[in-house]
Amino acid sequence: MNYFWDLFLGGITRGSIYALIALGYTMVYGILELINFAHGEIYMIGAFTALIVASVLTMHGLTGVAVLILATIVAVFYAAAYGFSVEKIAYKPLRQAPRLSPLISAIGMSIFLQNYVLLAQTSDFLPFPNLLQDVLLPEAISGWIAPSEFIIIFTAAVLMIGLTLILKFTKMGKAMRAVAQDREMAMLLGINVNRIISRTFIIGSALAAIGGVLIASHVGRINFYIGFGAGIKAFTAAVLGGIGSIPGAMLGGLVLGLTESFATGYISSDYENVFAFALLILILIFKPEGILGRSSQQKV
Amino acid sequence: MKNQFVHKYILGMLLFLMLIAIPTAQAADTIKIGIAGAHSGDLASYGLPTVKAAQLVIKDINAQGGIAGRKVELVIEDDACKPEMATNVATKLVSAKVDAVIGHICSGATKAALRTYKDAGIIVISPSATSPELTLSGQYPNFFRTIAPDDTQAKLVADFTLQTLKFNKIAIIHDKGDYGKGFAEYAKKFIEGSGKAQVVLFEGVTPGAVDYSAIVQKIKYARADAVIYGGYHPEAASIVQQMRKKGMKTAFISDDGVKDQTFIKVAASYAEDVYASGPKDTTKNPLAIAAIAEHKKAYGTEPGAFYLNAYAATQAVLNAMKKAKSTEYNAVAKALRTYQTDTPLGKIKFNKEGDAIGAGFSMYQVRKGVYVEIK
Amino acid sequence: MKLAEEFKKSFFVALWFMLLTFPIMVVQVNTIENVVIWRWHNIILSGLGSFLLSFCWQLFLRRKGHSTPAAQASASRLQHLMAEPRLYRPALIILALFALIFPFVFSHYQVNIMTTALIYVMLGLGLNIEVGLAGLLDLGYVAFYAVGAYSYALLNYHFGLGFWTALPVGALLAAFSGILVGFPVLRLRGDYLAIVTLAFAEIIRLVLENWNAFSFGPSGISNIPRPGFFGMALTPEQSAIYMYFLLIVLCLLTIFVIRRLQYSRIGRAWVALREDELACQAMGIDKTKAKLTAFALGATWAGMAGVLFAAKTTFINPASFTFLESAMILAIVVLGGMGSIPGVIIAALALILLPEYLRVFSDYRMILFGAALIMMMIFRPQGILADMRKKYEFHKMKDSRIN
Repeated sequence: MNYFWDLFLGGITRGSIYALIALGYTMVYGILELINFAHGEIYMIGAFTALIVASVLTMHGLTGVAVLILATIVAVFYAAAYGFSVEKIAYKPLRQAPRLSPLISAIGMSIFLQNYVLLAQTSDFLPFPNLLQDVLLPEAISGWIAPSEFIIIFTAAVLMIGLTLILKFTKMGKAMRAVAQDREMAMLLGINVNRIISRTFIIGSALAAIGGVLIASHVGRINFYIGFGAGIKAFTAAVLGGIGSIPGAMLGGLVLGLTESFATGYISSDYENVFAFALLILILIFKPEGILGRSSQQKV
Repeated sequence: MKNQFVHKYILGMLLFLMLIAIPTAQAADTIKIGIAGAHSGDLASYGLPTVKAAQLVIKDINAQGGIAGRKVELVIEDDACKPEMATNVATKLVSAKVDAVIGHICSGATKAALRTYKDAGIIVISPSATSPELTLSGQYPNFFRTIAPDDTQAKLVADFTLQTLKFNKIAIIHDKGDYGKGFAEYAKKFIEGSGKAQVVLFEGVTPGAVDYSAIVQKIKYARADAVIYGGYHPEAASIVQQMRKKGMKTAFISDDGVKDQTFIKVAASYAEDVYASGPKDTTKNPLAIAAIAEHKKAYGTEPGAFYLNAYAATQAVLNAMKKAKSTEYNAVAKALRTYQTDTPLGKIKFNKEGDAIGAGFSMYQVRKGVYVEIK
Repeated sequence: MKLAEEFKKSFFVALWFMLLTFPIMVVQVNTIENVVIWRWHNIILSGLGSFLLSFCWQLFLRRKGHSTPAAQASASRLQHLMAEPRLYRPALIILALFALIFPFVFSHYQVNIMTTALIYVMLGLGLNIEVGLAGLLDLGYVAFYAVGAYSYALLNYHFGLGFWTALPVGALLAAFSGILVGFPVLRLRGDYLAIVTLAFAEIIRLVLENWNAFSFGPSGISNIPRPGFFGMALTPEQSAIYMYFLLIVLCLLTIFVIRRLQYSRIGRAWVALREDELACQAMGIDKTKAKLTAFALGATWAGMAGVLFAAKTTFINPASFTFLESAMILAIVVLGGMGSIPGVIIAALALILLPEYLRVFSDYRMILFGAALIMMMIFRPQGILADMRKKYEFHKMKDSRIN
């Protein structure tokens, strides 16, 4: 194994997490043209719920994969419920409002959720039970990749393929794409737009929660503030790949993860975030629609 | 009707302005000690133990009849470790006519506030501001502290790494913060100055990053024998865990921000063998045992960060006032430099610059889940 | 009928929220000490709270939906009253007198707090140009503030430049950086712009944090001199009063300039840009110029505020220039009413002064702040005092018809 390969793996692992969160941003943006600033917080709440469930279970003597799966299920449920509620409270009343209003409401929601967790739980970092470690891999794989990294990349890949299939072939997926293309036309064709928007939030939040659980068990500790940094990065990834585009979000996440990893490895970690943001600005200057985004003409 | 409404509106606004401007009432004949630091927000866990320490100390003092017959009273103000809030807190404490201040907690906030205290002639003792500039620059004759400055700590860590552990390829990592970066830079200076070892890596990590795998790879491929880390325990725990998971046996040496029982609990088994510098072992000092027991009795929990430093700071300033028989600035400053105080940190007094003499530092290592002092 | 329905709905909302807040509000795990605390009383609080909130929420939404014309009429009546010279002039005189005697009546601390609030008034008014008037959502306004603060600190440190030289230099440098950010984002629409400005602010902060040789890194720069008064040595109290009046004057200047700008050609171009970018372009307005001037002018005030901030605290480090600070300034503009000068002033004073005096609630400050942003957007998007467009009405005709 060499340095390049290690950095590459680290970058892909981190990139997969970014991609999972970025999917939520990009789906919501595709449908509502709204930057859901509170999405990073949903990721954090997902991780926190998993932490709570997992610690309660481990304290009662349970261990192993079962705990991980149970914690993930509860976390996904709660993140989806929070995503759903956030949309109903902060964005739905603002459907007809000027574009800045829901964005500001989203910033408010992000600050609210962060402080809600801070006040209800704690500001300290909490250790996350080490669940991924218990999963043993065949020798052939564990020789060249750490088990937790493998699980993250594998899970992310499965989820992304699943999401693509859902969007492509199911009725709901088709309805989602229709709403994204033209909300009013979709409404005229008998699609319940509000329900589709809710489902979009639910799916996006669920993906973010899985990302949260994965990274929390990989890194081993979380606090109320992890959502902000990850959210900004994931949003950057979504824009990088072309916001509104599902494959774009995945690609953007991976590109961002690799950029950070290689920039740290070959240049310096002092400016890790500067590289990420500079990449974003450069992309927006030279290709504002992102790597895979369609350039859209503004309609009058 | 219309007029009435507008009058009410204006009246309301004026009332609001009046209300917010009511000056605070002043009580006479007590000694007022200001307590300033982060009491809310994400750094509250570094500031609140100081409040508790001061409360416990003055409770004892007041039970014994106070200082020269005067009761001691606390004025507690929150600066959230923000420089701009710290200056406001400083003027508030000056307006409230405090006789001395215990605080502030963060070096940045302390630097911002000190000017105001200096102009007003108020003594400041910080339990936790470690920036060397505060004492070494000589600009703040009113500043004292019960914690060792970064350079002293960095010197100790560097000497320990070079002479005791005899490593010669060293990676220095910091968290880009005021405290961590300051410490890391001094450590780098001392190691390079010694000529015995080579600094193979000097970099900052981003607190709150998703993971630290890239920097861990970099340490690995730089083939460092040891990592010196400047910063606090959450990031330290993440880095150590990722290093150990990658099977790296590189020694991990860190500072006072990591010498915290929380670090061991957070990093669990990965914390084993980690070195950290910290205040000299106080577990055998009866005063420290008593102070910790007092905290447990009053609040039911183990004391938090800088508790003993704050305890010592409060005792020192009150003792100086007692010895000086006054709360006047020059007399108290002189007393702080002349008379020793018996504190949980040991017998301390202060040198010309304001650093504590007698409160030493030593190296610790995690052995079987506890920090053990290395003699 | 309606009430019963709302009652039922609120009940279900409460149930939903009890479920929703269960893990985070009730179970407190401390994985450090390995203890779990079950706080069952919180679920009741959460249920009751969400029941009441949901009830009020529906009430407000209904009122908002129903009485829109009437409510708007009453609101605008209030604002018309505000615009009545007979009424606002005495109010202004009282306020001016109050501002004048304020530092001599109240303590050093009060003056200091007021000075801080006035810095935020300036920041709010500056951001108001970008967000309120031109509709360019800037999430990185704090970057310009940092540019101003560091210009003074560094110029003073290296070249011994005084406050009065640094003030225009800081403003200019900030304006320049405003144009620098403005350029790449010219082609972008609102949301992209928001994220690029955010990225830019983060880059500035990270550079200040990492580039020790230039900015002294996280340990910051201390001993920045306070502004001098014709070479006289001032006591801290005097200097605080001096700062206070300096800021009053600068705020008045800001208000004057922005009022003049607002009704000028460029000001109207901004409003057109905010309302509809395409239509604005179709009307032959130079979009590039309008956007760049908005950025540059907005940044200029932030730069000046930055210089004042550095002079007031006498110490700066990168920690003062985080995203939260940007969000705070944005909240001032949004809560005050985008584009409205008195609204922004009231919001700035309220947001900065209230937390200082309500220290008891300091823990809840940020959560209330977040909630206020959401509520404001839903129930009163125009802010505390909405911006009133100057209307050019032809009054004589009306009169003649009555006669």
